[in-house]
Amino acid sequence: MALLSFERKYRVRGGTLIGGDLFDFWVGPFYVGFFGVTTIILSSLGTALIIWGAAMGPTWNIWQINIAPPDLKYGLALAPLKEGGLWQIITFCATGAFISWALRQVEICRKLGMNYHVPVAFGFAIFAYVSLVVIRPLLLGAWGFGFPYGIISHLDWVSNTGYQYLHFHYNPAHMIAVSFFFTTCFALSLHGALVLSATNPGKGEAVKTPEHEDTFFRDSIGYSIGTLGIHRLGLFLAVSSAFWSAVCMIISGPFWTRGWPEWWNWWLNLPVWR
Amino acid sequence: MRLAFSLLGIVVATLLTVAMLFTPGWVRPPIISTQTGYRGTGQEQLISAQNKRILEAANALPAPIDKASPSGERATSAYKNVKVLTDLSTDEFNRLMVAITQWVSPDQGCAYCHTDDLADDGIYTKIVARRMIAMTRDINKEWTSHVGDVGVTCYTCHRGQPVPKNVWYENPGARHAGGMAAHNYGFGHPSTSNGTTALPVDPFTPHLLGDDNIRVVGKTPLPTTQGASIQQTEQSYALMMHMSQALGVNCTFCHNSRAFLDWSQSAPQRTAAWNGLQMMREVNAVYLETLKSLYPANRLGPLGDSPKANCGTCHQGVSKPLYGQSMLQDFPELGGKAAR
Repeated sequence: MALLSFERKYRVRGGTLIGGDLFDFWVGPFYVGFFGVTTIILSSLGTALIIWGAAMGPTWNIWQINIAPPDLKYGLALAPLKEGGLWQIITFCATGAFISWALRQVEICRKLGMNYHVPVAFGFAIFAYVSLVVIRPLLLGAWGFGFPYGIISHLDWVSNTGYQYLHFHYNPAHMIAVSFFFTTCFALSLHGALVLSATNPGKGEAVKTPEHEDTFFRDSIGYSIGTLGIHRLGLFLAVSSAFWSAVCMIISGPFWTRGWPEWWNWWLNLPVWR
Repeated sequence: MRLAFSLLGIVVATLLTVAMLFTPGWVRPPIISTQTGYRGTGQEQLISAQNKRILEAANALPAPIDKASPSGERATSAYKNVKVLTDLSTDEFNRLMVAITQWVSPDQGCAYCHTDDLADDGIYTKIVARRMIAMTRDINKEWTSHVGDVGVTCYTCHRGQPVPKNVWYENPGARHAGGMAAHNYGFGHPSTSNGTTALPVDPFTPHLLGDDNIRVVGKTPLPTTQGASIQQTEQSYALMMHMSQALGVNCTFCHNSRAFLDWSQSAPQRTAAWNGLQMMREVNAVYLETLKSLYPANRLGPLGDSPKANCGTCHQGVSKPLYGQSMLQDFPELGGKAAR
């Protein structure tokens, strides 16, 4: 990939968290760093183990390949490789690779003297994954509560785990998470549409300014959040989606074992109308 | 004014938050889990250790009663007007009467059913009791597909109360307009019978007294006929909600939710449950509803029907009533395997 002349000045030494100058270099466009090395090792190993697991399994059908977690009887211990042990190692690799990627982002931020918004935001996505395959299994006392790695098999897990609580849509944190996901899409599409509409005026018209964008929303809904504000809002909405989806899974099982519809009895039992 | 509204809002939000954080019945680890499917399929039953202890205490067996000899003087010669327990010795008969008093009317005693003349059928409860003994023996003999060798006794349902805790009546639902102006058909009234959802309030009359089709899922990938109505479907779901709550289990106890209707992907428990539904229909239609004319008005439902049984009547929140402890083994008087 071509390197633009002005990019060189951003390729500064230092800012590493670990390893000093050892991995402080670039390969083509990519910064490496200690965590780039761990990312590549852990993700390659994890992917190779998935392929190996598929080779041992009954099918190469991409939809049906399934690397399942151990039986519940193994609790929080290590399971035999072919009975969920593979899933445990892959989970370790995946978690390690995701966290390495976030720390690599931190190092790049430090090099550039930026703040850590990007790795923090990515951290929420990691938290959502880790809550499913580490935090919730730890709280429930067995790795077997993690979801299986497979396209159809993880959907079966989602379905059955939802039906463990009779009707998962009554899960209050799930409700909040779903609302944030939709709102994120809504805000992102409005933002994208607004910017594109300002930068793609009719033929012969000059490209419009942020003032035009603000005025559009002031005219239509009486308020514009502003050019910086929309990005604060976007970050808040997206991070909240990941956060509440993690919460909705962590509470399902460790802190609530019955149907989620029953949870709403607190509302039916309010002293006002009980 | 603005400040007052803000303060009011904050107070209301705080109260609601306190209510939802502290009243619904949250649990905490340790959670006891049972895996019922292949690993990683999410077919699991969960209960907190704390709730399990509470349930186990509630399902402890009552004090045992010394066994009686099946030989010796017959009950029919010692007592008059014996109609159901004709095959028992006097000792067995007396033992069962003591047990029934302990199980059903511990506070009211013998006088709950009997007058001074023990043969007198004057009190309606005696005729009901006689019918219930016949029902218990019938279940233990003919319905082993559901009750197995564990069987049932009076205690399975009664637990020391003259009327079992979980009975149901036909429920016409809240009053609402009919015809073109009808706005709902019993939907949107959370109750224990529909798992506190918006589903219909009475799934029992069509399914546990009548024999409406419970299976509403289409069998072909695309619809070929009109299929089940939304009302029938929601009745089925309400019944399933009831079964889950009555047995303290979730949907995956019987079903693999990737294909609810497919027997080959379902747990064996689904067969036991299916037999249980057939049993409930017979128990309600043959034994319970027919007692309607005997009951005083305060025992009848809003439509004048008699109290009837559903899954919760025996199960009481446990997948095997009394955690599968068999009282029948100690009471051959009530039929079943021990009697055969």
